[in-house]
Amino acid sequence: MLTFTLRRLTLFIFTMLVLTLLSFSLSFLFPGDTVINHSGQINATASELQLLNDAYKMDENIFSQYKAYLSHVLTGDFGQSMASQSPINHELKALLPATMELSLVALLIAMLTGIPLGFIAAIKHNKTSDNAILSLAMLGYSIPVFWLGLLAILLFSITLGWLPSAGQISLLFEIEFVTGIQFIDILLSDSPYKWQAFSNASAHIILPACVIALAPATIFIRLSRAAMIEVLSASYIRAARAKGLSFNQIIFRHAIRNALIKIIRHVGLQFANLVTIAMVTEVIFSWPGIGRWLIESIYQRDYTAIQSGLLVLSCFIFIVHILTDFIYAALNPLARGNKYGS
Amino acid sequence: MAVLTMKFNCLRRLALVSIVSSLVGCSESESLSLSERSIIYCSEGSPETFNPQLSTSGTTSDATSRLLYNNLITYKEDNTLGPSIAKSWHVTRDGKKITFYLRNDIPFHQTSYFTPTRNLNADDVLFSFNRILDKTHEYHDVSGGSYPFFQSVKFPELVERVEKINDYTVRFVIKRNNSSFLANLATDYAIILSKEYAEQLIPTNSHHEIDIFPVGTGPFLLKDYRVGSLIRFYRHDSYWQEKAKIEQLVYDISPSKTTRLTKLLAKECDVSSYPIAHAKISERNDLQLESVTSLNVGYFGFNTKKPPFDNKLVRQAVSLAINKQAIIDTVYRSQAARAKSILPETSWAYDKNTPEDIYDPIRAKSLLEIAGYAQGFDMDIWAMPVQRAYNPNAVTMAKLIQADLKKIGVKVKIISYEWSTFLRRLSLGEHQSFLLGWSADHPDPDNFFTPMLSCSQSKTVNNRTFWCNKEYDQLLQDALETTSMKKRKQYYAKAMAIINEEVPLLPIAHSKRFQARDTNVQGKILANFGGISFHHVSKVPPTATSESQSDEASAQEVDQ
Repeated sequence: MLTFTLRRLTLFIFTMLVLTLLSFSLSFLFPGDTVINHSGQINATASELQLLNDAYKMDENIFSQYKAYLSHVLTGDFGQSMASQSPINHELKALLPATMELSLVALLIAMLTGIPLGFIAAIKHNKTSDNAILSLAMLGYSIPVFWLGLLAILLFSITLGWLPSAGQISLLFEIEFVTGIQFIDILLSDSPYKWQAFSNASAHIILPACVIALAPATIFIRLSRAAMIEVLSASYIRAARAKGLSFNQIIFRHAIRNALIKIIRHVGLQFANLVTIAMVTEVIFSWPGIGRWLIESIYQRDYTAIQSGLLVLSCFIFIVHILTDFIYAALNPLARGNKYGS
Repeated sequence: MAVLTMKFNCLRRLALVSIVSSLVGCSESESLSLSERSIIYCSEGSPETFNPQLSTSGTTSDATSRLLYNNLITYKEDNTLGPSIAKSWHVTRDGKKITFYLRNDIPFHQTSYFTPTRNLNADDVLFSFNRILDKTHEYHDVSGGSYPFFQSVKFPELVERVEKINDYTVRFVIKRNNSSFLANLATDYAIILSKEYAEQLIPTNSHHEIDIFPVGTGPFLLKDYRVGSLIRFYRHDSYWQEKAKIEQLVYDISPSKTTRLTKLLAKECDVSSYPIAHAKISERNDLQLESVTSLNVGYFGFNTKKPPFDNKLVRQAVSLAINKQAIIDTVYRSQAARAKSILPETSWAYDKNTPEDIYDPIRAKSLLEIAGYAQGFDMDIWAMPVQRAYNPNAVTMAKLIQADLKKIGVKVKIISYEWSTFLRRLSLGEHQSFLLGWSADHPDPDNFFTPMLSCSQSKTVNNRTFWCNKEYDQLLQDALETTSMKKRKQYYAKAMAIINEEVPLLPIAHSKRFQARDTNVQGKILANFGGISFHHVSKVPPTATSESQSDEASAQEVDQ
């Protein structure tokens, strides 16, 4: 397990280095002055510009420039947003937790619905329910998320009036910002309306989370179906059946556990896909997260925000990826010996 | 203890019913209390500042003037001036000295950043106006030093000085009699700030905070502001008038029109500014669409110095040939009131007997024959290239007029330049006729009559008809010099009659400002002019709407 951890760690460090290199080079590729793209200080005076040039070592060679950039990034200094002129790390601190909350809830929903449905399809292999589940999965996977989001708002918010259409929580509730993850902040707050706020926040997250969850859920259906079919045809299942174990015993004791391990491997990979969907969904549901902020930054040509936002978001996705790898390795001793890029 | 039982109830329900349904159940039964006492208003943008002296933007005054502040005097329901901070006022016979007697029971907001030790007095009034008037004042240059409304009405040139007579008496000394002076003091911009708060900011050198963290005397106080996201107001509990009925007011800043509509339909806001899809809103029973006619006018003007429009008969004929209602239905999409004169009907000075020339192409044709243009003539219309509330699409309007005039044999060529060129060439008088409009700065009727059509304005900026009528000017002068509302109204009625006869321009429409709200929200929000007010707004719980209405009905029956 130790070598496995070390391997993953070096992989993480090198990937991050490549990512910073990419975001560093973006400053040169974007139009405008490189040092202004790095720092975001569009209104800098001549003397301030000189200070920035020194800080980012712009007069020296490209390697020391990269080193200076890296040291800024490592200390959490992403410069200023060109649009709002406030430090980007403050904005990220406020926005990233909202995205994390939304995407993790969506992932949970996708897994909790997708995996059992996939198992059912596999158990009823080649029967009507299998075909029905597969067709539904195909349909769900083909619906574009922006269209689905708008339809969901039209149906559940406007026509039926069941769920709210925008934001994280009703603006009436004043929840103090502590962690940024709304549910934890609500539980920490001493507002007399704590439980109302909690249920209001839950109502707000249902619609966007379900919209995000649909596409990954369909993938989980197919993954878990394939995994289960494979497991069910394995010889140890046949042996168990021959020993006279009941259907429930075979499925719940043996098949599900072994199939789950195969699926967990893919969770990290699906998470990247899910975050991409979440970015579009955040715009539709006015969710105050990093995706909406990043898309607005693109509209506003806020280069500093774009490069730092990309860096932080990909870092977040990568961390989740590695975490699922660890879980997989912890559950499946066979995987620990695997090489990189498994 | 109450909280504990509440939690316990929630937990028990959680155990009983499934998770989601219980969450919704809890929110319905208990959040009523909070949402009942609060209003969410979907506003169209972020205010630039929290001091309306510094801006003429409608978004800013909507979010500040009538919520956070009070004026010396204010407009009453019937659009006449009434007392506010000043319980009464006195104007000397020559109109040059105006004395205000202030109330002594007006407390300022107590907020997290300021605790007042005294009530409002003359010092605060002096501070608020000297900040604008005195260029050497410590606060004059704070936040840019520009006071656009006051500069546009030439306030600093008009006012000689503001004097403190005693703690609760203030006198304005003005250079010449000007009856719109009082009207200016009642606008959204002439609010009273706290001098004590300003002095508290000086030692820390944080002068600019006076316009960011506002302190006023109004019915609400600022709790929280997040740029581009929300403004949270709390009720001012020691407000000197009747307290506001709601405890919390939240401005949900939603610049997108469709987002505002969605939030309104999904009940996430109670009131929405500038709604779209009027038909959709009107057809729903739970929503209500309201409008108020703005103080502006879109018009079709004639160059009275150039033939053929130097002939009064031609002007009359052309204006009779134009179908105003069709223009309102297409260009304004019925979101405007047909203009009978340059003054909107909501103004107190509007005379209900003002005649209106009704669309009559046959009479127009005969007038043209009398004027000697039986064969018709060629003309040009200059259509403004920009979009304004008083004229959302001048080129379309010009095309409609073109079609109307073709019926009486007049051939129209439509001309449009880039905006600054357009204005420059208009001022040179190169045009024959033009489409333009006027937005009033304050509700005083003089703000329509003088800038649009007086002789002095024909030489300078605003009057592009170059029409100059001595009798009309004299009437305006007389109206400004008298303080009697009744006499002023008579003078303005005569002035409107002259415009109607001479037709230097044809008023077309006064645009309307729309607002949509949930039917449980009761009370007046839109004022006849200027910013919005939530002072008298209350909320009926959604489930109890029908009950309370029937209660009210039965109460009324008992009264009768």
